[in-house]
Amino acid sequence: MTIQVSSTDAADLHHHAHPPTTWKTYFTFSHDHKVIGIQYLVTSFVFFLVGGILAMIIRAELITPPADLGDRTFYNGMFTMHGTIMLFLWTFPSLVGIANYLVPLMIGARDMAFPRLNAAAFWMVPVVGILLMASFFLPEGPSQAGWWAYPPVSVQNPTGSLINGQLLWLLAVAISGVSSIMGAVNFVTTIFKMRAPGMTLFRMPIFVWAVLSAQIIQLFGLPALTAGAVMLLFDLTVGTSFFDPAKGGNPVMFQHFFWFYSHPAVYVIILPIFGVFSEIFPVYSRKPLFGYKVVAISSLVIAGVSGLVWVHHMYASGTPGWMRMLFMVSTMCVSVPTGIKVFAWVATVWGGKIRLNTPMLFALGGLIMFVFAGITGIMLSSVPVDIHVNNTYFVVGHFHYVLYGTVTMGMFAALYHWFPKMTGKMYNEGLGKLHFWLTFIGTNLNFFPMHPLGLHGMLRRAASYADDLVFWNVIASLGGFLLGMATLPFIFNMISSWMYGTKAPDNPWRAIGLEWMVSSPPPVENFDRIPVIISEPYGYGKSTPLTADTPPVNPVSHS
Amino acid sequence: MDSSINSHQLPNHTAEHTHDEEANSMFGFVVFLLSESIIFLSFFAGYIVYKTMTPLTEWLPTGVAGLEVKEPAINTVVLVSSSFVIYFAERCLHKNNLMGFRAFLLTTMAMGSYFLYGQAVEWSNLAFGFTSGVYGGMFYLLTGFHGLHVFTGILLQLIMLLRSFIPGNYDTGHFGINATSLFWHFVDVIWIVLFVLIYVWQ
Repeated sequence: MTIQVSSTDAADLHHHAHPPTTWKTYFTFSHDHKVIGIQYLVTSFVFFLVGGILAMIIRAELITPPADLGDRTFYNGMFTMHGTIMLFLWTFPSLVGIANYLVPLMIGARDMAFPRLNAAAFWMVPVVGILLMASFFLPEGPSQAGWWAYPPVSVQNPTGSLINGQLLWLLAVAISGVSSIMGAVNFVTTIFKMRAPGMTLFRMPIFVWAVLSAQIIQLFGLPALTAGAVMLLFDLTVGTSFFDPAKGGNPVMFQHFFWFYSHPAVYVIILPIFGVFSEIFPVYSRKPLFGYKVVAISSLVIAGVSGLVWVHHMYASGTPGWMRMLFMVSTMCVSVPTGIKVFAWVATVWGGKIRLNTPMLFALGGLIMFVFAGITGIMLSSVPVDIHVNNTYFVVGHFHYVLYGTVTMGMFAALYHWFPKMTGKMYNEGLGKLHFWLTFIGTNLNFFPMHPLGLHGMLRRAASYADDLVFWNVIASLGGFLLGMATLPFIFNMISSWMYGTKAPDNPWRAIGLEWMVSSPPPVENFDRIPVIISEPYGYGKSTPLTADTPPVNPVSHS
Repeated sequence: MDSSINSHQLPNHTAEHTHDEEANSMFGFVVFLLSESIIFLSFFAGYIVYKTMTPLTEWLPTGVAGLEVKEPAINTVVLVSSSFVIYFAERCLHKNNLMGFRAFLLTTMAMGSYFLYGQAVEWSNLAFGFTSGVYGGMFYLLTGFHGLHVFTGILLQLIMLLRSFIPGNYDTGHFGINATSLFWHFVDVIWIVLFVLIYVWQ
């Protein structure tokens, strides 16, 4: 590759530095977005395992009808921490990690706009983890109010001790919020200000569009949760009465603060996964993404509508009928831009030359699960159905299809797809496929039974249930343990391939995209020379090159 | 079209980086302030909902008739005028008039401190506390959170003042003072809304 940068330039020496060669680099305060991305990914995966172990304890409790594994406070702590860890320490940080790694590469930037802020935002994640883990060692155990921390349960402090599980929970959520805001400022600035010349908004990869939309939600939603959490903290510690009805407060107010953020937060998690799907389907089908512009704009539309639907979590909270009607309609509107995406993906794959590598399997599996989750989602958005199944396992089944079936499977798709880029090594395809099938079967065994359970009235967060619900619970528990085992080939694959895998070429999937034009793993500061973009992404089967100074990655003769 | 793109190509990327950094920082700071304003909006929304949903007889803590408006009004005038003073400080710096910059910045800091002092006096004379029902909680939460921002603004101004004594410090860029000034305007605008909500709309 020709280098036009003057050799007297001091930074010039710097950006030819080699990518990190030892694991020790990942324990330093590095400013490199790629190191930070992998730090995020590995840290969040460790917490994914912790959250998974908690889930298996829950499923072990539920394999028999009586509550016999531990006392109620133990069980309450288990599901509260399972939900909290999976959301705040797995889904959010892992997606920030993959975005951190990819966004600068995809837009032709040398790094994020604020590299030090980026590192600071990452190092808050382990602090959040330590705070949450520490609450297991408190005499009264971790928070027991569920991941949504509804008052009045969350402001109860029976022992009266100043340091309690709920306090640590609130501090952890606050720190994770600060970290996310810092990340969001960084992503939005990077995407708006650091794009390579020629990369207009409508030449950005869909993944970047999705990250942008998700981070805008973070910016405008997260402060509402922060406001609610601050008020809850004061209620818990100094005796204010914002949410205490006995002293004029209103517990439903907290639900508004909470869901004004936490509903849009669902899209913070899932939009980047939609972005991952949009990157993977064209590559493994050898076809341009169907309806690029519409798919791009639909992310922003979802982000916008997401701020108008939060009350659908509160149909049963004494919300007046006219308001429930309003939010039912707005909630159902989300299915329009989402449906557009699904159809675009199906149209992309349709008639393509499909390669069923592990990333494609996970993406297709995730898409199937998402369609199912979307259908139950529309059912739940309808007031009469929701009133019937409110607080039952039907809801739990729905959001696990979203969070495991779609988000976690999409995350695995992303990890396999970009593994060669991140490590310079190939993963083991056989182990990858084993991981996929175990996961796909385990997910359905685990989460499908929750729907009939909910329809039969099994309440969420219950440690015991009626005898006639044993059948579906046993299946769900076995599926849960299978899911736990499914993770083992993945861990083994990732570690052994990274250490001893065969060397990966720069572009093993013959994909179009700036990240595939640099070496694997990419050098520090990514590009010797900032590329000049001259066409839209996803030109599979077309003869236009992506950048000014490279030949087409995939000339017509290839396909 | 091609030639215009090529003119963007970077013969020396470090030069481009320093140029970008100032613009990026300002962009990032504006994005941060937008996000910050949502916290205030959330508190305001909470205040409005609590006030409109609570019967008037139960809204104020027992024995409290309402808030004194006169002193806070004077305080408001001082704080809002300080926004103009810091604008003059900023202009002085852009014209390389360091002495004028320091004088105007010190004046801004004095006005901000006067505001905090006035609020402290008001707090110490009030007949209700943080735990006096939702009203007390919202009052101290809003004024306290805003006061924390005023304090942060004064700290930022102090840092900018000290930086002006390092020779050549302001030659390379004015992001620091531009951001400080913007933050101060932001704090003032928030106060105007807060003043109307709490003191005018009783």
